[in-house]
Amino acid sequence: MEVLDILIQANFWAAAVRIATPLVFGVLGALLCERAGVLNLGIEGIFTAGAMAGWMAVWLGAGLWGGVLVAALTGAGFGLLHGVLTVPLGLSQHVTGLAITLFATSLAYFTYRTALPDIATPPRIEPFRPLDVPILSDLPFIGAVLGQQTALTWLALVLVLVVWWMLNRTPLGLALRAVGDAPEAVDAQGLSVYGLRIGAVCAGSALMAVGGAFLTMSAFDAFFFEMVNGRGWICIALVIFASWQPGKALLGALLFGAFDAFQVRLQTEVGAVVPSQVFLMVPYVLSILALIIAARRADYPRALLQPWFKGQR
Amino acid sequence: MIRIEPRTSPPAFLRVLVPPFAALAALLLAAIPLAIAGADLTQAYRLMAEGVAGSVFAITETLARATPLILTGLAAAVAFRARLWNIGGEGQLYLGAMAAVAVGSGAIAAPVLLLVPLVMLAGALGGAFGMAVPTLLKTRLGVDEVVTTLLLNFVILLFVQLMLEGPMQDPMSMGWPQSLPLVDEATLPALVDRMRVHAGLVLGLVAAVAAAFVMTRTTWGVRLRAVGDNTAAARHAGIPVGRTLLSVGLVSGGLAGLAGAAEVAGLKGYLTADLSPGFGYAGIVVAMLAGLSPLGVVAAALFVAAVFVGADSMSRALGVSSYLADLIVAMSLLCVLVGGFVQRYRLVRTG
Repeated sequence: MEVLDILIQANFWAAAVRIATPLVFGVLGALLCERAGVLNLGIEGIFTAGAMAGWMAVWLGAGLWGGVLVAALTGAGFGLLHGVLTVPLGLSQHVTGLAITLFATSLAYFTYRTALPDIATPPRIEPFRPLDVPILSDLPFIGAVLGQQTALTWLALVLVLVVWWMLNRTPLGLALRAVGDAPEAVDAQGLSVYGLRIGAVCAGSALMAVGGAFLTMSAFDAFFFEMVNGRGWICIALVIFASWQPGKALLGALLFGAFDAFQVRLQTEVGAVVPSQVFLMVPYVLSILALIIAARRADYPRALLQPWFKGQR
Repeated sequence: MIRIEPRTSPPAFLRVLVPPFAALAALLLAAIPLAIAGADLTQAYRLMAEGVAGSVFAITETLARATPLILTGLAAAVAFRARLWNIGGEGQLYLGAMAAVAVGSGAIAAPVLLLVPLVMLAGALGGAFGMAVPTLLKTRLGVDEVVTTLLLNFVILLFVQLMLEGPMQDPMSMGWPQSLPLVDEATLPALVDRMRVHAGLVLGLVAAVAAAFVMTRTTWGVRLRAVGDNTAAARHAGIPVGRTLLSVGLVSGGLAGLAGAAEVAGLKGYLTADLSPGFGYAGIVVAMLAGLSPLGVVAAALFVAAVFVGADSMSRALGVSSYLADLIVAMSLLCVLVGGFVQRYRLVRTG
């Protein structure tokens, strides 16, 4: 099969959008945290906790949107913990984030195993169905690509707009960006640096958790151990690649989704000759390449990683 | 109003007391998940203690589990001290194990006294190579090493699987993805007859003492700490920051690689893709619990090993999920972080 043949298939692009969706949630979440000056390496664990909590809520009968809400609250909870430890207490954002990842992951696994001690095959739920959007679904090609997506993908796309609008067009966004660049200026304005930063980390972590929930409630219909598989870390790389811009974050995630969907197609074509692990490496290698490309022009929020204490120079 | 104020000099007693109290707090917090899982608490803690130190077998198991943790803990401690965020210990451990197998599974015929050091050297070089790449990307191109080392863990583990299903697969393994076994001359001897604790433990202890010496008593150690404390000032003082970081990366990766080599040569005898249940990540917890002190790493590694061994044997007896061990380890990291805050700052009532 020719490369071009793959690229003009609606199915291929539908897969790319599907792969990109959890990353869009994750990148937006990480972007919110980092724009406010807090690196959140808890993302990998928050993805896992969101995937587990959302799935379990649905399995217990909360309904799909109830599951999304539970996932978001779970994420916000871990975000609150990360925020309190790194903002007013000013602890190392690197190490605290890793601690949150270890904590959230082990808590999710422990809870799952405790609730379902002797289950051989993970129980399934009825996941989100593709959403039939009038007019859009009737368009040629685009209809075929977007017509296969679930409500969570649409939510991700809408959130890109919302986050962009919030950051660039509202006083809250201005304050958030300022708190990541010059917290002392925000404090001088009489705004709460702690409140803004913790709030941003909670909101960002909620988005990360919904990205995790997409895996168990839309992409698949069950929870598996190690299903997050580095997606959180990939998001951290993509934020840098996207220069902390929501629009570029969407673009980066879609580009990533396209590459990943492409390697899956390639795998079915030449899988007999090339070991499968080579293809499985692609997302991680791509992320590292994206980081290398972005490193030169990376314009980190100026107060990222810098603790700030009230009343102290 | 309550204000946070840095202490001018953290009291020495806090430095010593914080880690054990954090460890104790994590163990006590474990009562919550244990109670939720429906376990009898006194019985659970008793079983954990017995699993750690209740018999010669239990003690040797704990020591065997502590061996790789001492080495990965040192790997993290050395790097973190220079503010080089090596989160890639897991991958470097596997690179070390692969290099050890490549050298020790029959490629070279040599007596024990020559082959064992060669195998260990190969392991260290393998791990060092694994950290050299992200360190150079950081110093030359400004690529953040946190994310590259994290991502490389996944790449390396996939590479190990590829090698174990391909070029490195033991033809006698009936299709199982495992490597050729190490030859007898390449194996680390057991320290106690018929028990799993092996000479890798001695290697870890020697490495800890050596690291403590090097970090406090040599120019290299001074440079490493200067770069970690204030990179700009270190550069201003004429310290070659890039070269220092590269050497720190090589040492850190080498220590993690040594952990992999010792696991293969002392415990498993061959390489599989499940050689490490996260020793690289746990090494970060060990280093933090140790306050990044090389000698503290030994104590912290014993604690983390005890949690794993104790919780494992308790889990088997009571049917509580063995993820409890990971949960306790994660909570101990959170507790020691909060403890670090208490150590460096105090709350002052104002107004």
